[in-house]
Amino acid sequence: MATPLKIERYTRTSRIALPVAVVVVIAAATIPAWGSSNIMKQGVTFLTLVAMAQMWNLLAGYAGLVSVGQQAFIGIGAYSLWVFAEKVGINPFLCVPIAGIVAALFALPTAGLAFRLRGGYFAVGTWVIAEVYRLLVTQITWLGGGSGVSITSAGQVARGTREAVVFWLALAVAAGSIALVYFLLRSRRGLALTAIRDDETGARGLGVNVFRSKLWVYILAAFGTGVTGAVIYLNLLRVQPEAGFGLNWSALMIFAVVIGGLGTIEGPIIGAVIFFALQQLLSDYGTWYLILIGALAAGVVVFAQRGLWGTFVRRRAVDLFPVRRRLCLETVCFPEDAPPAPAAVWSASALPDESTTATAEPPDRVDA
Amino acid sequence: MTVILSAEHLTKSYGGVRVVDDLSVSLLEGEALGVVGPNGAGKTTLINLFTGIVHTDEGKVVFAGQDVSRRTPDQRCHAGMARTYQIPKPFEGMTVFENVLVGGTYGRGQSEKASHEICVRALHRASLLPQANVLAESLSLLERKRLELARALATEPKVLLLDEIAGGLTEQEVLSLVETIKQLRTEGISIIWIEHIVHALLAVVDRLMAIDFGRLIAEGDPKTVINSPQVRDVYMGSLMV
Repeated sequence: MATPLKIERYTRTSRIALPVAVVVVIAAATIPAWGSSNIMKQGVTFLTLVAMAQMWNLLAGYAGLVSVGQQAFIGIGAYSLWVFAEKVGINPFLCVPIAGIVAALFALPTAGLAFRLRGGYFAVGTWVIAEVYRLLVTQITWLGGGSGVSITSAGQVARGTREAVVFWLALAVAAGSIALVYFLLRSRRGLALTAIRDDETGARGLGVNVFRSKLWVYILAAFGTGVTGAVIYLNLLRVQPEAGFGLNWSALMIFAVVIGGLGTIEGPIIGAVIFFALQQLLSDYGTWYLILIGALAAGVVVFAQRGLWGTFVRRRAVDLFPVRRRLCLETVCFPEDAPPAPAAVWSASALPDESTTATAEPPDRVDA
Repeated sequence: MTVILSAEHLTKSYGGVRVVDDLSVSLLEGEALGVVGPNGAGKTTLINLFTGIVHTDEGKVVFAGQDVSRRTPDQRCHAGMARTYQIPKPFEGMTVFENVLVGGTYGRGQSEKASHEICVRALHRASLLPQANVLAESLSLLERKRLELARALATEPKVLLLDEIAGGLTEQEVLSLVETIKQLRTEGISIIWIEHIVHALLAVVDRLMAIDFGRLIAEGDPKTVINSPQVRDVYMGSLMV
């Protein structure tokens, strides 16, 4: 068929959403000019949460790598910041990308170990590896051992300048992580990642090298998480192994992604907003705050498994970050809600859903 | 006629059970081979062994003259093998077109743009073009089966392995699917088709083999095989749909 064909990538919502996103980022960038020191500190906490969540979503939501060991890369990012700023003597702000590269380098041997494991074993394995990194750091006196280290060179920068630059870095990391995932998903590689998200065996059968895609994503997520770790500790100025390699970081990322919606770009952002808002509103209530957060997570998992955004999008078909490809022939685009072929009598809901497919398969099917 | 795909003394066990037992099959270029056998006879395992989703315990798979027994499913897809699943496995969060694009892009190892044309053709051949921009999760069973076919075709396979693609469809749907598959034959694609719906098979295949307990029990002219006492014995009432 020699019909001229065209692929449409943008939706009506996205044509509005993308410029709005750019305006929001520019507006946020002016905060250091008028915001208080406290606003900027809180802003860094929020923006780094967005970045961490976005990276975890890339791992778990797309590559199916449910890691509870991403704190390893927060810690490695933080300690790389210290090493290059204090021991090598590079400007601490320039150490942020270096921290990402170091984290990516550490991701290679980590993947070498963790990728031998699958599913729940992979999750626990990544956690164990993160613990090993933490224990190693506590044993190395050069890295400050168990009591940690201070990033004094950043502390010497004038307070106003430091806070502004750290805020801008956090903004760049948050916007950059979203842009990274967005452009990755729109690319050829994104096609494979989305396919892997939906059905790994199916993707493999259609020629996707699943291992290579996963490794790629793992290294990329380590880079993003490492950079984020460096920004977080530029804000805090003191790193201790207990905190830097703490499981809490993974809990934060997972919470934001699960609440917002796994496997969507918007989900982690929404999740981070909700978490941050609850934290601001309720942190004075101590235990009750934790109980509420836990109840919310449990509620979403039970009643809105695709997260708040995932559930919302399914009803309304709104895409703020369009990663789809719509096929148009000549000037006509095919509708997104074409009626089913008249001959079809089975509805999609009559088919076994994803969770039951595995058991409905003949016993000789093995998901390698 | 040259052999394009062959299984030589394949054996596969799960636990103590031999699902495929010293099975040898060969498919000629341009040929359509039908496979029948009762549930649990090892038919799907045979396809899984061909495509590399499971590895054989003994024996080897030879594709276009090369031993591919140790190759991964994606490598075998690149070589020119494609399959459909008995229970369709669409990428539910992607549109129909994107589903097919995965096959066209990665199956052929080319850019997205280069595979657009072939993907549109695959959709057209599977009669799915009007549904191109529909999310795969909203497809009906027939459409899902057609999507399986379209994705496989987008990889431009030399050999197509169909696993009960007509199963669960209405009589009319089966007939239209048979027409589609007949069409593929004329384009030189070699086919191995596992199916319980015998009249659909007989309308398409050149040769038929029957397996039970992972072993070959009959092979040859489709009508002769179906009417052979061994096959009737094995099926007794369950086959004649």
